[in-house]
Amino acid sequence: MKQHDFEQQHRPTWQLIENSLENPAQEDNSKILAQHYLLLCQHLAIAKERLYDAALVERLNGLVLALYRELYRYRAETRLNFYAFFKRDFPLAIYRHRYFVLLAFLVFVLPGLTAGAWTYFDEEAVYSILDAPEVRQVERMYDPEARKLGREREADTDIFMFGFYIKNNISVAFRCFAGGIVLGIGTLLVLFFNGMFIGSVAGHLTRLDYVETFYPFVVGHGSFELTAIVFSGAAGLRLGYALVNLGQFSRLDALRLAGRDVVPMLYGIFLMLVIAAFLEAFWSSSTTLSNEVKYAVGALLWTLVLVYSCSGRRYESR
Amino acid sequence: MLDTGYRVEIPGGINLDAQVVGPIPRCFAFAIDLAIRGIIFFVLLIASIPFGPTGLGGGFLLIFLFAVEWLYPVLFEVYWRGQTPGKKALGISVINDDLTPVTLGVSLVRNLLRSIDFIPLFYLVGLVTMLSNRRFQRLGDLAAGTLVISVRESNRPALQRDIVPLAPSTPLLRTEQTSIIEFLQRSQQLSEPRQRELAAILEGITHEKGDDGVEQLHRIGAWFLGVR
Repeated sequence: MKQHDFEQQHRPTWQLIENSLENPAQEDNSKILAQHYLLLCQHLAIAKERLYDAALVERLNGLVLALYRELYRYRAETRLNFYAFFKRDFPLAIYRHRYFVLLAFLVFVLPGLTAGAWTYFDEEAVYSILDAPEVRQVERMYDPEARKLGREREADTDIFMFGFYIKNNISVAFRCFAGGIVLGIGTLLVLFFNGMFIGSVAGHLTRLDYVETFYPFVVGHGSFELTAIVFSGAAGLRLGYALVNLGQFSRLDALRLAGRDVVPMLYGIFLMLVIAAFLEAFWSSSTTLSNEVKYAVGALLWTLVLVYSCSGRRYESR
Repeated sequence: MLDTGYRVEIPGGINLDAQVVGPIPRCFAFAIDLAIRGIIFFVLLIASIPFGPTGLGGGFLLIFLFAVEWLYPVLFEVYWRGQTPGKKALGISVINDDLTPVTLGVSLVRNLLRSIDFIPLFYLVGLVTMLSNRRFQRLGDLAAGTLVISVRESNRPALQRDIVPLAPSTPLLRTEQTSIIEFLQRSQQLSEPRQRELAAILEGITHEKGDDGVEQLHRIGAWFLGVR
């Protein structure tokens, strides 16, 4: 068959597909698209095989591509299953990355403990880690005389602090993950320095005997926040490790597999940090709640987070 | 030579072709998106002032700032056919490397790694990575397994209707027939002197010179196309 006849014969079909692609969500149109997919593939194959001219092949190729993308389109309503995510996917992802979690934990906590001990025993030490304005700011935030705890002087509502924590904490966690692509080095640095920072603040404030304001403030949201930072470190290290230990894959394939592997971790980290920001802004900062209540709720939250994080093992297929 | 062609075998049993897009259109798309984000942010900034810059308004502003920084590209790529407004303006689109549409997780990985592609300044890491692989993928694309392809449709000028087809005097190979068809199809994009030049090469087939040769080739092309 000559090209001209071929085009004449099938133009109505192509026109129909093109029209349907303009409004693919409509039920009739999606039926038309599904029914014509293989036919259109065949037309493209024929056009190529018979060496019809490039313009026709290009047009059919573009049409198949558009149709293909429509058929395989992401459908949120079928893919996002929150229940399955909370129950299984996130704990399982944590379990499967448990060695990375452990490593991230160590790189985060060991510098923290070291810096904490150092600043606790040595008055000058905190100035080797933080600069003077930062130290003053931290002291002001947890001053037992303060009206509200853990707050910048200029902020006057909890909502503002909620936005502030969302913006800053989640950005830190995302960067911590992203740094993993540089052979994990970026992630290690973020974990190390954040650990040192938090540790030195804790050590310094303990030495100043701000215990009654600092610990009740951090114990609640710390459960979600610190754990999420460790998880983001684990996700970043997974990326970096994929670039070093390739297994049976090419470097690019190993990286890509790691990238798809950590996705549940990323969702989980995001949600945990939103919860942490909420707690930090509206719960931890409260001065009307007694410290006993904060410690009790803090202990409950920590237990909850840790038990949940360790619940993934049973979903591992053997 | 740079080959931007990219080919994947899809379940329909055929090879599907796409054109990957280089750094320049992507930079323009990013600039457009940046401007849009800037405008959104500015509007929100103004709108938030009555609610207190360090109170309710400031809080929501920070949340929106976070969303505009990290989630803007993700939501557009997933729910708007792989295109942020900037990409749509440039006729380019983000797609998985098997040419299926990007999903939420993939787009998230791709866009979180933007923060590394951006360092030290103006996407330098991303640019170097893009230029060091054949598919113009930045680090985020490599980790997510995504490509940026062109989705702009080429507009092919309509064929002149009044050509009288003519059978060639000698039998021709199929590839030669295709070349002549292409010559006809592209005649509106070629200057007349260039057409005469090309037609002169095929004088052995047309047995005509100059404009008559061109005319003959068009008619033979129409015959191969099957115009009646």
